[in-house]
Amino acid sequence: MTELRALRDAFAMIGEDPAAVLAADTAHLIAHGHQVISSQSIPGIRLETHGEEDCIKVRLDIEPGANIEKPIHLCFGLFERFGTQNVDLVLTLGAGARATVWSHCLFTLPQAARHSMTARVELGPDAELRSNETHYHGLSGLIEVIPHAIVRVGPRARYIADFALVQGRVGTLDIDYAVAVEEGGVAELTSKVYGHLSDRIRIRETVSLDGAGARGLVKTRVAVEDDASAEIVGATHGNAPGARGHVDCMEIVRGRATARAVPEVSVSHPEAKVTHEAAIGSVDARQLETLMARGLAPDDAVDRIVLGMLR
Amino acid sequence: MKPPLLELSDVTVETGSHRLLEGINLAIRPGEIHALVGANGSGKTTLARLLMGAEGYRGSAGTVRYEGADLLALPMHERARRGIAIAWQEPVALEGLSIADYLGCGPVKQPAAVCLEQVGLDPAEYLPRALDLSLSGGERRRIELAAVLSLGPRLAVLDEPTAGIDLSSLPLIEAAIPALRRAGAAVLLITHEETLARQADLASQICGGRIVCSGEPGRVVERYKHRVCSTCYGGRCHD
Repeated sequence: MTELRALRDAFAMIGEDPAAVLAADTAHLIAHGHQVISSQSIPGIRLETHGEEDCIKVRLDIEPGANIEKPIHLCFGLFERFGTQNVDLVLTLGAGARATVWSHCLFTLPQAARHSMTARVELGPDAELRSNETHYHGLSGLIEVIPHAIVRVGPRARYIADFALVQGRVGTLDIDYAVAVEEGGVAELTSKVYGHLSDRIRIRETVSLDGAGARGLVKTRVAVEDDASAEIVGATHGNAPGARGHVDCMEIVRGRATARAVPEVSVSHPEAKVTHEAAIGSVDARQLETLMARGLAPDDAVDRIVLGMLR
Repeated sequence: MKPPLLELSDVTVETGSHRLLEGINLAIRPGEIHALVGANGSGKTTLARLLMGAEGYRGSAGTVRYEGADLLALPMHERARRGIAIAWQEPVALEGLSIADYLGCGPVKQPAAVCLEQVGLDPAEYLPRALDLSLSGGERRRIELAAVLSLGPRLAVLDEPTAGIDLSSLPLIEAAIPALRRAGAAVLLITHEETLARQADLASQICGGRIVCSGEPGRVVERYKHRVCSTCYGGRCHD
């Protein structure tokens, strides 16, 4: 199939091993536009996919108690010059289930494209989900990425989510995640984005610590250069006794780029505590000196610091 | 006698209306360990930062010659490429860089693992670790010293390399300094450790931004111990 070949080529381009994704003991979904190219379930996982004219519907259920050792691969992409991909994802983990989901979003080929994802994620009691979403874009700057998610983290469950878009042009990015954490649950959201030229970045991540002893971390690392802009809202609300949250936002601005960071913290219970830190500006002078004192030219030192922050 | 590797003549450093260093004269020859002692705020770190070319530490008068060249005209990275290395007094965290990355930066001459062993850190444990705030102050200083060793410098500026080091590791750190000399480096050793200062070839005492005494380390240390004052600018330390 042409799309599958294109996908293999795209994986090779970004240094991933397509054989690992397509292995018989690994669950995967591969979608091109609104067409499902390949999907595979394994014991413990129920993966249902349905491609419609204007959307791909995906339902991924991890059975209670299942421990899925190998990452589940969700590969989305477009392999034409122009296109749209809308994804409607429902992901559930039953009580005590554990899984890692790697989402590969491959948009290296399109000149102009729109990728939108609406996700509803439910973690049952004591479940654990590690979600790594990595975007690979080309240099056109006309890619629009709109991931929105509503996540419920059940009692004592753990939700660890990483988002990265540091290769190629961002284009336009609009992340909106809302996570509610129940008693003893943990949510950690980390976003890393590097904007260039006229890229536009908007990230809004909200964690509501609704259960006693719930914990949350919203961590954002964004670098922008040239005429790119970023607006980051990291919000955490402590609504229950013993809830602990932290918002950590760091942005590096180069050239004429602009950035705005808005840490939003609130507590509605006297025994909750939420803290925040935000650093925004050019590269730290002392970090720069530390690397220049090892013989790195100023531009190389700046690159090393920025890429280190986004690693 | 070998000509000086580094020679400062009447060097003055000012920040705004504040004079940080005044009329500094100092020469360090190849392979020589020169200890610099002085009270807090006397100008030791200013001198170190001036030599490395840190932002805001420019000489307003005088000359600094390094291997015969005008050092103050060189940018920081060029000084490093010409063989000057510094172990910072207050090393920074570099999020996202591993210790292996850091020790691999620049014109390295020694493997990172060897340098970590020299300062008593297990390479298997430390090389993959991030150079972040999870490291203690003592660990971070040892990594700074390892970073200097990795560059195989001709001039090593060590700014209080033993501060915060635990007692059991101190002998290793002290041994790393003559190891630098054996590898051909001259060392400007800024220290508050009396025994370390006494092991140098020469020593100078700095007070109120001026070098008030230079010579045999034992004599300089004794003078410093008995005549030091923190606010003596123009006072008896300069007698």
